[in-house]
Amino acid sequence: MNDQIDHHISPIRTYIIVFMALMVFTGITVWVAFQDLGYLNTFVAVTIAVIKATIVAWYFMHLKSSAKITRVVALAGVIWLIVMFALTMSDYAARSWIPFPDPW
Amino acid sequence: MTEQKHYINAETTVKSWLLTVDHKRIAILYLLSVVGFFILGGTAAILFRLDLMTPQGDLLAHETYNKMFTMHGVMMVFFFLVPVVPAVLGNFLVPIMIGARDVAFPRLNLASWYIFITGGLFALAALVLGGVDTGWTFYTPYSSTYANSNVILTGLGVFVAGFASILTGVNFIVTIHKMRAPGMTWFRLPLFIWAQYATSIIMVLGTPVIAITLLLLVLERAFHIGIFDPALGGDPVLFQHLFWFYSHPAVYIMILPGFGIISELIACFSRKNVFGYSFVAFSSLAIAIIGFFVWGHHMFITSQSIYAGLIFSILSFIIAVPTAVKIFNWTATLYKGSVEFRTPMIYALGFIGLFLVGGLTGLFLSSMGLDVHLHDTYFVVAHFHYVMVGGMVMAFLGGLHFWWPKMFGRTYNQGCAVFTAIVIFIGFNLTFFPQFIVGYLGMPRRYHVYPEEFQIFHILSTGGASVLGFGYLLMFCYLPYSLIKGKKATANPWPATGLEWEQTTSPPPTLNFIHDPVVTEEAYAYAKKNEEFYRQAIPAESKDV
Ligand SMILES: [Cu+2]
Repeated sequence: MNDQIDHHISPIRTYIIVFMALMVFTGITVWVAFQDLGYLNTFVAVTIAVIKATIVAWYFMHLKSSAKITRVVALAGVIWLIVMFALTMSDYAARSWIPFPDPW
Repeated sequence: MTEQKHYINAETTVKSWLLTVDHKRIAILYLLSVVGFFILGGTAAILFRLDLMTPQGDLLAHETYNKMFTMHGVMMVFFFLVPVVPAVLGNFLVPIMIGARDVAFPRLNLASWYIFITGGLFALAALVLGGVDTGWTFYTPYSSTYANSNVILTGLGVFVAGFASILTGVNFIVTIHKMRAPGMTWFRLPLFIWAQYATSIIMVLGTPVIAITLLLLVLERAFHIGIFDPALGGDPVLFQHLFWFYSHPAVYIMILPGFGIISELIACFSRKNVFGYSFVAFSSLAIAIIGFFVWGHHMFITSQSIYAGLIFSILSFIIAVPTAVKIFNWTATLYKGSVEFRTPMIYALGFIGLFLVGGLTGLFLSSMGLDVHLHDTYFVVAHFHYVMVGGMVMAFLGGLHFWWPKMFGRTYNQGCAVFTAIVIFIGFNLTFFPQFIVGYLGMPRRYHVYPEEFQIFHILSTGGASVLGFGYLLMFCYLPYSLIKGKKATANPWPATGLEWEQTTSPPPTLNFIHDPVVTEEAYAYAKKNEEFYRQAIPAESKDV
C-alpha cells in the first residue's frame, strides 16, 4: 500500500493562483445571482460551488499530495452526498408525475 | 505469590480512570454510562407499559405519556443501542483481537467518552426541565413549530453525542487498517472486526447528516430560517429524508456489531470454523453500503412520490439478501457442530430466532401496499423491537457473557445466567409478539387511549415486560456479584480461538500482551485445535463459567 505521506510543501505561487481562481469564481457567483436563468439557477450556483470546493480540497487540503487511501476517504464523502441528493431528488422530481385526484 | 498486574489494578485512583487512555478502561467507562442510560430508558418503558394496561390511559397524563415514550426512544436509541457494542465491546476487543496495544488515537478515544457524556447531559437536562414529547424521530412540523423548546436541548444533545460516535468510527477504521499484528491479514481477521469495520464506515459517513439535520431543526426553531416549514418556504418531508438518511443506516450501526458477536459465539460453541467466512465478512460491508439506499421505506405514507417509493421498496428487499446470507451461514456452521448450550450460546440461538422474525417482518413493512395498512401501528413497534431488543440486546448480552471473564477476570454463576437468559427470552416474546397482532388489528403506535377490544394484548405485553424486567434485574444481581465473589477466570475458559483468548491473560495487562503476537493461522481454527483444547480443559473450572 502506498501510504507514505508527502510532506512536500507547495510553492507560494500555487496558493496565490488558487486564491485568484477562487476569487474569480466568487465573482462569477455574484454575477450569476443577478441573472435569471430560470430552471438552471440552482444548477449553475451549485456547479460553481462544487468547483470551488474541489479546488480547496485538492490544493489547500493537500489531497493532491495525499496517499491514495486518503483520497478514497474524501471521494467516499462526495459519493455519499451524491447518493443522498439523488435519492432525495427521486422523490422531489417525481412527485408531480401523478396528478392529485380531484376532491370529490 | 503477588497478584498479577493487569489493566484494572495497574492504577486505582479515580483520576487514573477519568484520565485514562487505555482502550479497555474507556470501554468500562462506556459500559457504566450506557447501562445508566439503559436504566433510565427502561424506567420510562415500565411506566408507560403500566399505563397501557387500561384502555383509558389513567396512570399518566397525556403529556407525560408522550414524554415517557420520547425519553424511552431517545435514551435507548442514541445513548444505548448506538454506542453499546462499538464503544463497549468494540473498544475493549478491537485492539486485542488484531494484536495491537491500543487504538490508533487513544486520546480521541477518551475525548469521545467525554463528548458522549456531554451529549447525554444535554438530553438529561431537557428531561429535567420538563421533557420532550416529539418521539425520538423529532418529526417536523411538530418538532419545529409546535412542541416545547426542550426540543432544542435534546436535539443538541443528540448532535453532540453524534461526534462521539464519529470519533469511535474513525478510530476503528484507522486502527484496523494500520495496527494489525504481523501475519494478521484482512482474511484472518475475526468476523467481529469485519462487523466493527463496516459499522465504523456507517458511523463516519452517516452521523454527520443526523447532526446537521438536528442542527437545521434547531436553527429553524431558534432563528426561523425556512427549511422544513412550508410557511417559510421549506418542506416538512425533507426532514424525514435527512433524518432517515442517517437513521436507517443507524439501524445497521446497532445491529451489525451484533452480527459480529454472533459469528464469534456460534463458531466457538459449535467448535467449528464459520461457514463461508468471506461471505459473512463481505455481507457486513454490503449491508453497510446498501443500508444507505433504503431510507425512503419510512415515508411511503407521506407525500413522497410513489416512484421514489417503488425504488426504496425494491432496495429494501435487496438488503435482505446479505442479511439472509449471514443467517444461512450461521445455520450451516451449527450443522454437525458439537453444540454446547453455554450462556452466550443460548443468547446467540435466541438472537437467530428473534432476529429472523424481526428481519422478515421488515419485508412486510417494505412492501408498499401492506405498509399502508401497517404504517405507524404496533406492528412496526414489534418489528423494530424484535430487531433491536431481540436482535441487538440479545447479541450484546451474549457477547457480554462471553467476554465477561476476559474483561474482569471473574466467572459468573452459570446456572443463574442460563436461567436468566431463558427468562429474558420468554419475557421478550411475551412482550412483543402480541404487538404484532394488535398492530395488525389496527392499534396505532404512540396512543395511550385505545378501544377496549385491544386491552387483552396490552395486558399480555405488560405482563411480558415485567418478566423481561425481572430477567434484567437478575442480571444486575449476579454479574456485579461475580466481580466480588466469582471464581478467578483462566486465560481461555471456554476455550475459544482468537488473540484475546490465546495470547493474553484474563484480564489483560495494560498493554494487552506480554509478548507482541504474531499470527500464523486463519481465524476460528477450531478443527485444528479442538483436540488440544479438550486436553487442556479442566472440567471443574469450565463448568462454572
Ligand atoms: Cu429503515
